[in-house]
Amino acid sequence: MSQAILYDSTLCIGCRECEKACAARWKLPYNDKIAAEEKISAHKLTAIQTHGEHYSRRLCMHCNEPACASVCPVGALNKTALGPVVYDETKCIGCRYCMLACPFQVPTYEWSSRTPRVRKCDMCYDRRKAGLPTACAEACPTGATISGDREQLIAEAKRRVADKPDQYYNRIYGINEVGGTSVLFLSAVPFDQLGLKTRLPKEPLPQLTWGALSLVPDVVSAGGVLLGGIWWITHRREEVAAAERGEKEGKK
Amino acid sequence: MMADRAKTMTFPNTVSLPGVHRLPFWTPIFWVLMAGGAYVAYLRLFRGLGAVTNLSDPFPWGLWIGFDVLCGVGLAAGGFTLVAVVHIFNLKRYKPILRPAILTAFLGYVLVVVALLFDLGRPDRIWHPLVMWNPHSVMFEVAWCVMLYTSVLALEFVPAVCERFGWKAPLNVLRAISIPVVILGVILSTLHQSSLGSLYLIVPEKLYPLWYTPLMPVLFYISAICVGVAMTIFESWHSSREFGRHIEMPLLSGMARLLAVLLSMYIALRLMDLFQRGGLGLVLVPRMETYLWLLEMSLLIVPALLLYSYRVRHSAPALYACSLMVVFGFIANRLNVSVTGMEAGLGVHYVPKWTEVTVTLAVVALGFAIFRFAARRLPIFESAELSQKPVP
Repeated sequence: MSQAILYDSTLCIGCRECEKACAARWKLPYNDKIAAEEKISAHKLTAIQTHGEHYSRRLCMHCNEPACASVCPVGALNKTALGPVVYDETKCIGCRYCMLACPFQVPTYEWSSRTPRVRKCDMCYDRRKAGLPTACAEACPTGATISGDREQLIAEAKRRVADKPDQYYNRIYGINEVGGTSVLFLSAVPFDQLGLKTRLPKEPLPQLTWGALSLVPDVVSAGGVLLGGIWWITHRREEVAAAERGEKEGKK
Repeated sequence: MMADRAKTMTFPNTVSLPGVHRLPFWTPIFWVLMAGGAYVAYLRLFRGLGAVTNLSDPFPWGLWIGFDVLCGVGLAAGGFTLVAVVHIFNLKRYKPILRPAILTAFLGYVLVVVALLFDLGRPDRIWHPLVMWNPHSVMFEVAWCVMLYTSVLALEFVPAVCERFGWKAPLNVLRAISIPVVILGVILSTLHQSSLGSLYLIVPEKLYPLWYTPLMPVLFYISAICVGVAMTIFESWHSSREFGRHIEMPLLSGMARLLAVLLSMYIALRLMDLFQRGGLGLVLVPRMETYLWLLEMSLLIVPALLLYSYRVRHSAPALYACSLMVVFGFIANRLNVSVTGMEAGLGVHYVPKWTEVTVTLAVVALGFAIFRFAARRLPIFESAELSQKPVP
């Protein structure tokens, strides 16, 4: 019953109501100047982007197996069972590894704050828990952004592509990218033309580190035995040599 | 108070001791850097990271992580390498260069923590990994290893302090637990030196393929040992000039032979890995990454070849030049992985701000100053001088 967001670029009219609703929900300032910024930042957690005659949206992709949550040394980021990837600002130490690790370069930082936080979309976790749609989906006048169950949204996306194959690029972004995401994209044109990363691996990124990290217990036990063994042999050799010298001297 | 005492204790002494100052303006440079570092610390604390760094949302890690942390930890690897050589492999003849290596390592790790206090967004929460665990995070593992290993280094260094002040009881305790501590130190070093490479396993689509490889943990580990050995040679050279001691040539030549073999292994592994991943063609692509890679590799290949020569290994200046090349090659590698190799993938060109450079230089200068101070006050080299038989 994992929750997700479907953004259909072909229905988006670039009205930025989603941006406004998002700012209101996070109690962030919103004005014409901020509206004109077509990138996400610590004061703008979702952004509508213009790519020629097409629109695109930037927001946290809520990966099924998020790199940010796997790299966080204090577990400040977590994938909830409901679907959203949430951030606990009381744990965060500000190492910013999540920002480096995120394949979509989503987490942003309050660079000018004395007590900075990481900022990113949390898919309106509190609203979703209460069964409400996300603020952006609720505000969208054309249905370009809708929220709901991930499987149902994938089925809906497939239906749209099948119904109007001439209007859609025949793929759904987010089904396989880095092991699947909880934000899905539909588009009229190939996704790289919407500024989306299309050369991402299909497997979840945390697997790459786990391969190395899972060897730690082996390194500890094998290393301990090996080093202890070498130490014993090298020092035993010395003891034996000393004892032999002693014996010889004793015989004399 | 402490700083005042340190000042009066260190600097008047420098004139009275034998040995030549290599840097004539060292003292003023040092104090200018300290003042600069303090000023940046103030800015950092009250105006935030944005005011003192050129970091940004797409480029969250810069010079402080790339140099102060990645290079700092690596350059301190001589500590665990020599501890293993002397205490585990029982090659006692290397004992005279063990204490300087432990001191370097201990200072190195303490300074890494100092740099981290600048770089962390919430330095007041540096202790959080102690109680908030995420065993799936490489950073979590590194945090624990660095913390534990810094404690191990403190235990390995404290005997020098005890000897200086004639404290017998703690010395006996330390001696009794020394072997488990030594083994623990080598294991912890193995873990986090390699894990610094594992940190970058998560960015396959960002780090340029000349550097990104699943072998990064192994490569980081071997190169850390290489630079640890090179740093021992580097230190011996400088301390011999600084303190007017003779240089332990037979020992350094022995270390140099080990260095030649380790470097060759490292280079062979990197080239074979690049070949196996089908990346050798990248070496011909005319772009910045290629030139930086060639620079880095030549700084490692040239000394590796030179060190196979008997004459080079037995000439102090040539040995020093080789160790310097390895140190610079290592720094080039870490900066390529953390900064230059990431620029294209992150879509940002990053040049550190003067404030970032000031802190880095201040941290390095502080390291040199404390090393000198400790080496003059504690039996770091004395024990070496006594046990060292005159070279024929």
